[in-house]
Amino acid sequence: MSEQAIMTEEETVTTIDTEKGNFSYDTNYEYDAGIGLNEDVINYIVDVKDEDDWVRNFRLKALNVFNRKDMPTHWATKDLENIDFDVIRYYLSKGQTPSRSWDDVPDEVKETFERLGIPEQERKFLAGVEAQFDSEASYSRMKEDLEKEGVIFVGSTEGLKEHPEIFRKFFGKVIPTNDNKFAALNSAVFSGGSFIYVPPGVKVSQPLQAYFRINAENFGQFERTLIIADEGAELTYMEGCTAPKFETATLHSAVVELVALKNAKIQYITVQNWSNNVFNLVTKRAIAEEGAEVKWIDCNIGSRLTMKYPGVVLNGEGARGEVLSIALANDGQHQDTGAKMIHRANNTSSNIISKSISIGEGRSTYRGQVHIPDHLKNCKNNTECDALLINTNSRTDTFPAITVRGDGNSVQHEASVSKVSAEQIFYMMQRGLSEGEAMSLSVNGFVNDLVKYFPMEYSVELKRLIDLEMEGSVG
Amino acid sequence: MPIGPIGDNGLFDQFIASHSGENAWIEKRRKAAWNQFHELPMPRKKDESWRFASRLAFEFNDFKLVEQPDATTIGKVVERSNLNSSALARLVFADNYLVHEDPLSMDLQTKGVVFESFDQAVQKHGGLLEQYLFREEAHLGSEKFVALNTALSNCGGVVYVPKGVVVDQPLLVYHWATKENVAVFPHTLIIAEEGASVNVIDVYQSLDSDAPAFCAASGNIYAEANAQVMRKCVQNWNQSTISFQNDATAVKKDGVTKTLAVNLGSKRARFENQVRMAEPGSHATLYSLTVAQGDQEFDQRTYQSHDAPNAVSDLLYKNALLDNSRTIFSGMINVAKDAQHTDAYQTNRNLLLSPEADANSLPGLEIQANDVKCSHGATTGQLDPDELFYMMQRGIHKRTAQQLMVFGFFEEVIEKFDNEEIKNNVRELVQSKFHL
Repeated sequence: MSEQAIMTEEETVTTIDTEKGNFSYDTNYEYDAGIGLNEDVINYIVDVKDEDDWVRNFRLKALNVFNRKDMPTHWATKDLENIDFDVIRYYLSKGQTPSRSWDDVPDEVKETFERLGIPEQERKFLAGVEAQFDSEASYSRMKEDLEKEGVIFVGSTEGLKEHPEIFRKFFGKVIPTNDNKFAALNSAVFSGGSFIYVPPGVKVSQPLQAYFRINAENFGQFERTLIIADEGAELTYMEGCTAPKFETATLHSAVVELVALKNAKIQYITVQNWSNNVFNLVTKRAIAEEGAEVKWIDCNIGSRLTMKYPGVVLNGEGARGEVLSIALANDGQHQDTGAKMIHRANNTSSNIISKSISIGEGRSTYRGQVHIPDHLKNCKNNTECDALLINTNSRTDTFPAITVRGDGNSVQHEASVSKVSAEQIFYMMQRGLSEGEAMSLSVNGFVNDLVKYFPMEYSVELKRLIDLEMEGSVG
Repeated sequence: MPIGPIGDNGLFDQFIASHSGENAWIEKRRKAAWNQFHELPMPRKKDESWRFASRLAFEFNDFKLVEQPDATTIGKVVERSNLNSSALARLVFADNYLVHEDPLSMDLQTKGVVFESFDQAVQKHGGLLEQYLFREEAHLGSEKFVALNTALSNCGGVVYVPKGVVVDQPLLVYHWATKENVAVFPHTLIIAEEGASVNVIDVYQSLDSDAPAFCAASGNIYAEANAQVMRKCVQNWNQSTISFQNDATAVKKDGVTKTLAVNLGSKRARFENQVRMAEPGSHATLYSLTVAQGDQEFDQRTYQSHDAPNAVSDLLYKNALLDNSRTIFSGMINVAKDAQHTDAYQTNRNLLLSPEADANSLPGLEIQANDVKCSHGATTGQLDPDELFYMMQRGIHKRTAQQLMVFGFFEEVIEKFDNEEIKNNVRELVQSKFHL
């Protein structure tokens, strides 16, 4: 794409929209592990990143697990069989050290993120930003006062090198390599992602943000995020993701581990807007110790297939877990999302609220697991799933799994499916709104009681994305 | 009838030879089913349709077809086949043999109503049954056991009600297991022609309180346009029995079916119930009530398939769990692309009466039409401690108070039996599980 073309296109892109991420740059990668997956690729990654032997062994072992495990198609969609692991590039980067200053970021990477508005957002309201371009973080910066308080916010590559004593203690402990095939794949080839540590009692009031970008075709992004909130610490983390629309499928398979120690609070917000060719297969799980609180806010708007079930292991007495999830599936998309709540201590409570919207031939699926074993007392779970179907050919599924034993434990699960009420639409159209506008308003109303929990910037962005997805869906 | 272990090819050959009076199409279906039974692997815990179920640890050859029970035994089982004294007609089977029959009134027989044992019916009405018998495909995980039933079944009630005929009193079918290690294969087939109405009750019981037994039962209901079919099952095998029951119902235009299952017995019981809303305006209700105690495991899988628009299905499965018992409820509502204006509900309520009990719930929805009302709900919890306290404060013993509350929990389902005598008998059966 020529410089001129970019400029003119940029001028027309004035608002946030789904097409915003649809551009890519020809980039000369300094490091390229080649195509396909084998031990040589792993060794290449380890050598390039100059990692210790334990990491090499960890990765090689994970590769074994990955090769051994079957695709989970006995319960999941057969679309997974369309992933060809042999044509994917597993590691691509321009360098190993992220820049601390925006000026030092390579031009095409800088332009990428400027078009996506990253530095602006940082100036506006963020405490820190990390931007990942293909395999490695290209930019990472945090406000100085936080640094003084001992907060660590770096790429995982850097975290592994600079803070091995914390990193290693928690790494792979929440999501073990053999958790599932894609967690194993990530464990074998992981690169990038964030590493955050918030020391005891430190409350990070502004959100930390990471931005993930896939630039290259046939590329697999495998970031690994590890966030630790020490006793009484608090933080909010937000991530966004985009990729250009290539002809061929792209794979994104992340592993995100959160550790909330005693009385800590973590809020993790995702707005996933991958292009429609990305297989987004992500494992996300948190451990919440005594009195801790973990909240996942998960919005899935992009991708071809997303399979993501953020979980909380409620490990300490009084821990709380929450998943608020919004999924929007348009033509050619399957949003297979949900939540897992594993109760492992008395008086723990969990809450899952999931709202999905299927447009056109889009398909949304809720899959959940709630587990309360027999030695526990007074655990509670509440699950609500609401699905909205816009067109006659839209599709929705709900597959919860609930196991309860023990004393004084209770769960309730409810799900409903509805369509936009014809009367509401009629009422609004009568007052001069077009059918499309009325539909958008109605859909926004459907998700509104969830969106109000989001930080303002995100709820605004989400509403706009919904408006755009709704365009042309009526009729 | 041949005797011998049920996994044995020789036994099947003898079975076919001894049923040479059957139509050729039945023999063909039996042979295909026998092959299928052998080809299908034993279900494993990893199979999605067996999620949460414990491992199936038995050998088919541990169970056998046995000889006809003696006269004393027959006397006992007939005497105890007394759930309803006013039944219009009654069939009593023991160890797969028809041992007693109270036939239909001449009036109903002349109207063309059929209520006969499986082997009589296929001999006499083979042509009529061809489009119904062994036709409904099982798809909820127990295909292997359904195939076994198809291959070896020769007992159970066959009911046919011609167009417009109303059979107002219940037809009772009793199935007994009387010998150690016996395998029984009851097959129930109910066909209600246009505008017909019928009410059938199946009761499954063991004579001996702890002789091991194996049961693979199957039941099919066909409700034609405007027909009304009620079918109730009381499963009260002893707690050494392994039982599988696979029921399938198809409802045509404006037809109404109501199925009700009371599950009390067996060491482990798997109950699959699939209903197909085949034509517009069909209406199906599925009720179930389960009391699990000791180490019992009740595994229930349901499927409400909405193939046509404007149909209604409503499911309510209630489980009470005592001791170390386990229950699994896995339900699915599937709404096809063109099944607009579907109204489908699915509710599972689990009442945990012991901290060691284990309730699993997998309520599912698969919806491909947009103008539908569908919902499902699952709750698991304990008796309300305030209510319990209230009753205990008024001098009611804790166990009795619990029992009252559990009965309150169950009454919602029991009252659907709409016959006082049967209601009381079922209440008594449920009560007997609460040994004070």
